[in-house]
Amino acid sequence: MGKIITDEMIDYVSILAKLNLSDSEKKAAGKDMERMLEYIDMLNELNTDGVEPMTHIFPISNVFREDREENGDSREKMLENAPEARDGMYRVPKTVEQ
Amino acid sequence: MELMEMTAARLGEEIQAGTITAVQAAEAALNRIKEKDKELNCFITVEEEAALEKAAAVQKKIESGELSGPLAGVPIAVKDNICTEGLRTTCASAMLNDFVPPYSAEAVKKLEKAGMVIIGKTNMDEFAMGSTTETSFFGPTRNPWDLERVPGGSSGGSCAAVAAGECSCALGSDTGGSIRQPSSFCGVTGLKPTYGTVSRYGLIAYGSSLDQIGPIARDVTDCALLLEAIASHDKKDSTSMPREEYDFSSALQKDVKGLKIGIPRDYFGEGLDPEVAEAVRKAADILKEHGACVEEFDLSLVEYAIPAYYVIASAEASSNLARFDGVKYGYRTQEFEGLHDMYKKSRSEGFGEEVKRRIMLGSFVLSSGYYDAYYLKALRTKALIRKAFDRAFEKYDVILGPAAPSTAPRLGDSLKDPLKMYLGDVYTVSANLAGLPGICLPCGLDGKGLPIGLQLLGDCFQEKKILRAAYTYECVRGQFYQPESSRKEGGVRL
Repeated sequence: MGKIITDEMIDYVSILAKLNLSDSEKKAAGKDMERMLEYIDMLNELNTDGVEPMTHIFPISNVFREDREENGDSREKMLENAPEARDGMYRVPKTVEQ
Repeated sequence: MELMEMTAARLGEEIQAGTITAVQAAEAALNRIKEKDKELNCFITVEEEAALEKAAAVQKKIESGELSGPLAGVPIAVKDNICTEGLRTTCASAMLNDFVPPYSAEAVKKLEKAGMVIIGKTNMDEFAMGSTTETSFFGPTRNPWDLERVPGGSSGGSCAAVAAGECSCALGSDTGGSIRQPSSFCGVTGLKPTYGTVSRYGLIAYGSSLDQIGPIARDVTDCALLLEAIASHDKKDSTSMPREEYDFSSALQKDVKGLKIGIPRDYFGEGLDPEVAEAVRKAADILKEHGACVEEFDLSLVEYAIPAYYVIASAEASSNLARFDGVKYGYRTQEFEGLHDMYKKSRSEGFGEEVKRRIMLGSFVLSSGYYDAYYLKALRTKALIRKAFDRAFEKYDVILGPAAPSTAPRLGDSLKDPLKMYLGDVYTVSANLAGLPGICLPCGLDGKGLPIGLQLLGDCFQEKKILRAAYTYECVRGQFYQPESSRKEGGVRL
């Protein structure tokens, strides 16, 4: 396989990860990831044809319960941790341009 | 006997008998923390007054007969990724420096129901990502056995606090070995339960398919009692598994006659410190002498567990940590232009290096074009690893081996080379991938006077088998050294 972790790839992944990396951080991230992937490629030695990907250890799927409100109104308590709040709501920068 | 040298069970007995009070027990712990924690840095947050008030309230309930359980009034420390209502919970990250949870984790509620008194929140690797407790925003914890060494991680603060006698027991969490490996490095006993046994509600998520909360204590009995206190089927955690029984202490019997113990040959290959190998084999001999059938076998696939683990754990971490965006809680950057810039800057400034490294790797393996080659490949490998364990547990009740390839490394040595640090998890990660319970308990000291850990793994829901084997070994071994006594005696070996 050719080189996967190019500068463009690091830029792309940092968009997915919502991280702003400095140039030196990008360089380090590229090197780290390259090295990890080289190691992870060891998995290709294993023949996994026909093996189902195992997301969960136990055969439980949808776990349903009654949709009943149990936790009461904890608005004030939740907002205490907000970086910015106003009138009982979270405050965020403008998201829609005029 | 000094209060802080007692096990949790013994403290509980004394409190029930009225020879000491819950308040005295809490004071003793808080005093020990004051005396030692400047040096060790096991705790991120201790709220002395609140703990003493709680202890007084518990004491009243003990006197009225309302609380009569074996752990009522016993002080306990809780890892700082487990939410405690009204008590700051940071995950050892700048991101959550000021976070005060509006609710408690289910495991914490269970501790409170048992009458235990939370004395503080312990240090850890940031978001539980690391094997040394050095990635903490609040600085590293030091190993009480040798202050120039790491306590292991990520539950390093909990394990070091128990080893140093700052508390008799603690809660930790284990995603890839984060209870068992620091227990090994600190000479304490730690148990990772079967996946789904302890509710993850209120545990700040790292790798949700792997994370489990578990007890850390001075002996096997305390671990069993604590597990009884915290294990439950919880509707608030959709991966919580109902179990047939929640009794674990009846397994505390000195009897391994006929118990079938397998030792994976593949655990004793290259990379294992000879002193660790010797101590672990001696422990196996002891179990054999007491009637267990012990034999070696080939587990297979051991070397594939770490690469599969880091793909899965990083993928889940990148998704779980997407919630930290500077909107509802946590750190928000000061200056920004628009919403997306705020997200990015808040995350970049709030997360440390190791966390960003794993979020990047996780985002990559989940990205379109690489998802099949990396993420699905890892999940297929996980299925094969699980099968290898299924085969092993058809023949054996318990799998015995080391918990870590070496004793505690020096501070600063591990972070220089992350991949090398990851390789240290070789004996622990597969239990998380396969959902298995595992216990680590001390089985000797190396030539440097550092503790060596013995790991016993069981099949899913078979905690009682590993508890019985561990308890039997412990009865023969006797009480393990305390860090200070070993230093005085110059590292006595078992």
